[in-house]
Amino acid sequence: MLESRPPHSSEPTPDAPQAGEPLTLEKAFANLTDPDVSLRYYAAWWLGKFASGEPRVVDALILALQDEADRTELGGYPLRRNAARALGKLADRRAVPALIDCLDCSDFYVREAAAQSLGMLADPTCVPSLLKLLEGGVEGNLLVPGRPHPVQPVEAAMEALEALRAREAVPLIEPFLHHPLPRVQYAAARALHVLTRNPVYGERLIKAIPTVDLKLRRTLLMDLGASGYLPGAEAIAQAAVENSFKLIALRSLLENHLREANESTLSPASQQVMSLMDALL
Amino acid sequence: MTRIVTQAANASELIRAVEQADSPARLTEAVRALTEAQLEAGIPVLIKVLGYNNPEAAGVAVKGLVKLGKVAVPAILEQLDDYNYGARAYSFRALATIADPQALDALLSAAAADFAPSVRKAAAKGLGDLDWSQLPDEQREPAQQKTLEVLLQILQDLDWAIRYAAIVGLQGLAKAGMQGNPAAPSTSSGVTSQILHRFDHLAQADPDLAVRARVVMAQQQLGVSDPTEGALRVALEPIAH
Repeated sequence: MLESRPPHSSEPTPDAPQAGEPLTLEKAFANLTDPDVSLRYYAAWWLGKFASGEPRVVDALILALQDEADRTELGGYPLRRNAARALGKLADRRAVPALIDCLDCSDFYVREAAAQSLGMLADPTCVPSLLKLLEGGVEGNLLVPGRPHPVQPVEAAMEALEALRAREAVPLIEPFLHHPLPRVQYAAARALHVLTRNPVYGERLIKAIPTVDLKLRRTLLMDLGASGYLPGAEAIAQAAVENSFKLIALRSLLENHLREANESTLSPASQQVMSLMDALL
Repeated sequence: MTRIVTQAANASELIRAVEQADSPARLTEAVRALTEAQLEAGIPVLIKVLGYNNPEAAGVAVKGLVKLGKVAVPAILEQLDDYNYGARAYSFRALATIADPQALDALLSAAAADFAPSVRKAAAKGLGDLDWSQLPDEQREPAQQKTLEVLLQILQDLDWAIRYAAIVGLQGLAKAGMQGNPAAPSTSSGVTSQILHRFDHLAQADPDLAVRARVVMAQQQLGVSDPTEGALRVALEPIAH
């Protein structure tokens, strides 16, 4: 699986609503329909993290995607967000139609979580709906005034299309190389490299490394790792970022390359990536 | 006589320049000047720099300590910083590269039990690179056996990067075992054969592709890969927890 970028909505570990015993599967399952919305919210997160995809758990989470009780002041749907994230992790494709419906939700963060989870579930039937998120192009996806995110979750959509190897997305992704937000540009370059294997896009990620601040540099390193562009290995190893972070990016680069090339004997280039990793220990 | 006096004056100036540096850039510059002079008297201050939260200066200080080599080891061991894991990781990188078996016990306990993953990784790698020839013959085998036990134990870690570092350490230890038997180079030591046996299993069974790939690379570099069985297993069914 490709290494995920940090989404716009951070996914903090929610505080357990009550001090007391830790949840069990039965308790979390029961809490998902508790009248107390904070219990439901926590249970949805817990199930995504600790449950295996039992059918009744998946069914209950699909139902939670239509919750109307848990609302934020701005009209967001916190329970739906957590349920959508959990469904991506539980690997049950029965969730796909309900997640596709979530791409029309009024809450940006529900749409973002649904797009990410659709990328993880690897069911190509969602591709046309993901493409629709990109149809507004750059002009239709500038930052929403007063909010930290564009109109649509375009980064999550591009990442999902990349994971689904949806080559038909290339013409819709290309304009985002010129989006005013650098992190959107890099998400586009990364997806385009995975979908086309054209080194132009990998080089673009490498060239950006020294020009950005530390936080964005970390994102770039993850993108370069996920792109599987092997000539990026040296640039990752040299970047001014913590060693532990470079190690994670190089591992992602190596694994994505090995899977893509289906390498059964190690090429010299793969060995070189590991030599760079050794030097970071 | 004059020359010695000048050198001493020069040494204390170089050390003072490090202690009094008032910007990260000046610190790095002063540390570089001190390491170029290769002064034993500068060792304590170079070790202090490892804890200043200045990665560039710390990197230069590590190189300086490595250049001084064996003579720096007792002071590094003495000054290990229990409260600053960043400083500790740099110290263990220096010890790992100097490769003096005086540091064996410190490396073993750090690899096995340090709370900071960066320290454990540096120590695990360092265990494989030790210059075992510096140990008297009767101590060598028990020391290698103990090192093997620690590295095999941390192969159970849930953190892929710790396991990766353990493989790097084990490769070094296996190589030492192959060279350490000049009387009969074709028969590897017990330590080496245990490692190779473990590698055969891990190349198939480790849950992380990067770790499996590193095992295959170790087998190739040790010259023990079997072309029919040594192939990398790219896909691996998730192992039940």
